[in-house]
Amino acid sequence: MSKLAEIFQKHQDDIVADWSKGMSSANRRKDLISDADLKAQSTELFAAIAKASKTGSLSDIEGSDWREVREILSSISASRAKQGFTPTETASFVLSLKQPVNSRLRKEMAKDPEGLIDETTTANGLIDKMALHTSEAFLTTREQLIARQQEDMLELSTPVVKLWDGILALPVIGTLDSARTQVVMESLLKTIVETNSKIAIIDITGVPTVDTLVAQHLLKTITAARLMGAECIISGIRPQIAQTIVHLGINLNDIITKSKMADAFALALQRTGKIVVSMNKAAAPKKTEHGKDN
Amino acid sequence: MERIPILRMGSFLLVTIQVDMHDQLAMTLQDDLTSAIAKFEARGVLIDISSLEIVDSFIGRMLANIAAMSRILDAHTVLVGMQPAVAITLVELGMSLPGVRTALNVESGMELLHALSESPEETEADGAAEN
Repeated sequence: MSKLAEIFQKHQDDIVADWSKGMSSANRRKDLISDADLKAQSTELFAAIAKASKTGSLSDIEGSDWREVREILSSISASRAKQGFTPTETASFVLSLKQPVNSRLRKEMAKDPEGLIDETTTANGLIDKMALHTSEAFLTTREQLIARQQEDMLELSTPVVKLWDGILALPVIGTLDSARTQVVMESLLKTIVETNSKIAIIDITGVPTVDTLVAQHLLKTITAARLMGAECIISGIRPQIAQTIVHLGINLNDIITKSKMADAFALALQRTGKIVVSMNKAAAPKKTEHGKDN
Repeated sequence: MERIPILRMGSFLLVTIQVDMHDQLAMTLQDDLTSAIAKFEARGVLIDISSLEIVDSFIGRMLANIAAMSRILDAHTVLVGMQPAVAITLVELGMSLPGVRTALNVESGMELLHALSESPEETEADGAAEN
C-alpha cells in the first residue's frame, strides 16, 4: 500500500473536516445546497476514495476498484446539473480536495522531500481524473436534459387541428427536418384516418425558410396524404418564400397553394360542398353593402 | 391456388385485398382483373387495400400497373383505404403512384367512381393530362 493510501486511511476524518472547512469558506452556493448535505456528500465520497485506494491503482480510476467512487461522482454531478450548478462549481467541489490532501501530505512526509513530491503528484493526478469524470457526467446529464426537451418540443410543435367535418389543419412551426417530417407525416396521416378527412391544410406561416430539403419533405407529406385519398392545400407562403421557391426551381405546380389560411379554408369548404353565409340573409342586397363597409 | 376475389357491382368491379400480397398473387390478380374488365365491360375498378399492412416496391408497381391497364381498357381505378404506414413506405420508396386516384374509404371511393363515369369528357381530359 502506498504512502498516500495509508494517509487516506489514517486521516480520513481530518481530511474530510479540512475539506468541508475549505469549501464553506470558498464561494459556495448556499442557496442550492445545505452545509449538512455537502458534508454528507464529501464524507461518503472520501470514504469510497479511501476504500478504493487501499486495493486499486492510484493512477487509473477506470478500474473495478474505483467503481463505487465513479458512481458516487456521477450521481453527485447529475444531481448538481439538475439543481442548476455551473460546470465550474461542480468540478471545484472535487478539485477543492487537493488543498487538504496536499497539506496533510506535507505534514506527514516533512522528512522525505522526494517522496513528498511523488505522492503530491500522484494525489493531484488522481483528483484531476476525478474532476474530469465529474465534468463528463455533468455534461452527459445536461445532454440528456436537452435531448428530452427536444423530444417534448417535437411533440408540441406538430398539432393536427380539426377545423370542420372533413377538414384538418396542420400549422407547422419551425424548420422541417427529416425527423420532424416523419412525426408530422405520421400524426397527419393518423388523424386523416381517425377523422375521415378529405382535405388537410398545411400552414407554413411559422416555417422560417424553405429550401429544397424542406420542400422535398413537404412534397413527401402531401404525396402520402394523397395516396390515402386526402387532398392537401399549402397556405401561409410568404412573399420571400414564394421567391425562394421559384428561384430554387421547386415544382409546386400539382399542389394547391393559398397565401392565407382563411383562403385555404374557404376553398376546403367549397370542395366539401359547404358555404358560409351571413346570419341576416333575409336582406340579400344588404349583405353586399355590409361587405363593402367592412 | 389462392386468388383474390373480384366482385361485380353494376358496371364497377370491387377488389378487396385482405391477405398479405406476394408476387405470384399480385400477378394472378393483374391477369384476373384485366380479363374481368374486358368480360364485364366495367367502367370502374375499386381496390380496397385497408387490410394491406405490408407493401414493397413490387406491389407498389403492380398497383400502378393495374391502374394503367384499366385506363387502357377504359375503366377508372380508385385505390381506397390505404394505411398511413403503407403510404409512408410508398413515398419513401419514391412511388407516388401518379395517375392512380385515391379515396379514404369504400364509400367515398364509390362516389368518386360514379362522378368519374358520369362526366366522361372531364375524365378524358384528365387522362390526357396525366399521360
